[in-house]
Amino acid sequence: MTTLFDKVWQQHVVVPETPEAPAVLYIDLHLVHEVTSPQAFSELASRGLKLRRPDRTLATLDHSTPTLPSVNGELPYVTDEAKHQVATLRENAATFGVELLDFGSGQRGIVHVVGPEQGATQPGMTIVCGDSHTSTHGAFGAIAFGIGTSEVGHVLASQCLLQRKPKTMAINVEGQLRPGISAKDVILHIIRTIGVEGGTGYAIEYRGSAIRSLDMDGRMTLCNMSIEAGARCGMVAPDDVTFAYLQNRPRAPKGAAWDAAVARWRALVSDADAKFDRQVHIEAADIAPTVTWGTHPGMGASLSESVPSGDDAQFDKARRYMGWDAGQALVGRPIDVVFIGSCTNGRLSDLRAAANELKGQRVHPRVRMLVVPGSDKVKRDAEAEGLHDVFLAAGAEWREPGCSMCIAMNGDIVAPGQLAVSTSNRNFEGRQGKGARTILASPAVAAASAVAGALSVPNGV
Amino acid sequence: MQPITQLRATTFVLREDNIDTDQIIPARFLTTTERSGLGRAAFYDWRFAANGAATAHPLNTEAAGHAILVAGNNFGCGSSREHAPWALLDFGFRAVISSEIADIFRSNALKNGLLAIVVDPAAHAFLLAHPRIELRIDLETMTILGPDGWSTRFALDAFARRCLMMGVDQLGYLLAQDEAIAAFESARAA
Repeated sequence: MTTLFDKVWQQHVVVPETPEAPAVLYIDLHLVHEVTSPQAFSELASRGLKLRRPDRTLATLDHSTPTLPSVNGELPYVTDEAKHQVATLRENAATFGVELLDFGSGQRGIVHVVGPEQGATQPGMTIVCGDSHTSTHGAFGAIAFGIGTSEVGHVLASQCLLQRKPKTMAINVEGQLRPGISAKDVILHIIRTIGVEGGTGYAIEYRGSAIRSLDMDGRMTLCNMSIEAGARCGMVAPDDVTFAYLQNRPRAPKGAAWDAAVARWRALVSDADAKFDRQVHIEAADIAPTVTWGTHPGMGASLSESVPSGDDAQFDKARRYMGWDAGQALVGRPIDVVFIGSCTNGRLSDLRAAANELKGQRVHPRVRMLVVPGSDKVKRDAEAEGLHDVFLAAGAEWREPGCSMCIAMNGDIVAPGQLAVSTSNRNFEGRQGKGARTILASPAVAAASAVAGALSVPNGV
Repeated sequence: MQPITQLRATTFVLREDNIDTDQIIPARFLTTTERSGLGRAAFYDWRFAANGAATAHPLNTEAAGHAILVAGNNFGCGSSREHAPWALLDFGFRAVISSEIADIFRSNALKNGLLAIVVDPAAHAFLLAHPRIELRIDLETMTILGPDGWSTRFALDAFARRCLMMGVDQLGYLLAQDEAIAAFESARAA
């Protein structure tokens, strides 16, 4: 009768929910970054409070950090304020005893890339971070969701949150994905299907044979964008793919503890007769290479489609912002920028997919292409395979890890009016810089478009 | 937080659906380590041109003095940045009314005393169609009263409502659960 979500939830209830009060929910892992934590640490300091569980708190630097290397020992921060924000997290980490994966640690990177690759993210956990893409960690069968800064303070001080249990939604993707279809295509298709508010109030469990066939990087891409459908949390039940990914990661259990953990994790599946509040069924064969044409992630279309006509006010505004004519073919639209990276698509398999399109090719002279690995480890692993040589030979920029052009708060921006094909997660107006236009796409579509200088269908699709 | 039982103010309407957190406060303003003074950045890219000059957007020309923002469906979608309600409050808004409000934004807003209120589609349509009217939002009766006897009811989580009305400090409430939290931790360690 019980869903995966309910099983994990029940294991973390400290005080049960009543009509008068939400549950007190225990948090196993609190990930912290420089942007949403300073005011929370200040709150603790002003009340004279300590951090309850430094051992369950892990910090890194990603949003405000430059992706260009140091010059004369100085990182080129976009502003003094950004530099100060990074310094503030360093100070807070030292004062409160938080482990910080800093520059020089070899473990720094985007918080949602670092947690899994370090093995800190594990099945059955509750994981929070002051970042809406915390849903990424649900790929491991964890309940993981983004919180605001007040709640960051709550978790720092009490290791708990006040939460009402959300409704549950099963999204079943059955059958075999067509050749060349990636997890990014799957999630853009799902958001297009249920809408940008379709998941509001729900925790999603992604199920079905097409989901099982995804590797962990793909499952992370999928869960990452749950919030773009309004769902704070998206999950995939852990299985042998999950366990193989985690085994021997630095922070994963070892030896007998590993065996015990896997035995426990195998129980983390929805029962056959589990009841969900909503069920959505999607045929894997219906999913084509999918991108966005408009100004929110639900305004999606397959590459064979045209920009929707229709006089809906919001569509009209989106078409004007993006510079489309109604009915214009998507493929062939000239582009200015390609961004490969982010917590959505900044992992090793994403860089491989992009490099695969670029091998022996040149980035079109009109296009600026930025490749930003998700973490120090992704960068090392990519360089060990020679992927950076492919990018550099093609004329792309190969940068240091960080959120970079996804949120465009570190100086990596798309210029006003320019059109970017981006592997990130949000195509809101101005998301990648004031006046910037964004087409969300998979790494393969983005890289193929970089070569063509226009939105293109990748090879092998 | 100051207790709030009711708010009497006039409305300002932004009809757009899906107003996301990047519109409410663009990410480049998030490098601050403070929570004050963010009203300047509220809807910045709507209110200011590339050269920094104020635009003719109604947020610049008509919003002053109106403390209730009535917005299109799915307000506050996108990121978890609490800077969004901080910016709206500092700009002068005390309430946001829509037919749907994104979960994280709503939770953040209510923790800061910004009344994030979801009304039914009919009431929403009325409010969108009638800008600059005076409303009384009453948390006691969970009712919004408008001109000429117009009114609508809204739902609000009982705990969030109590926190607003009593000025409950949620962190203090959580810290008071220390015994239960310690018991939970030791039961798991065993």
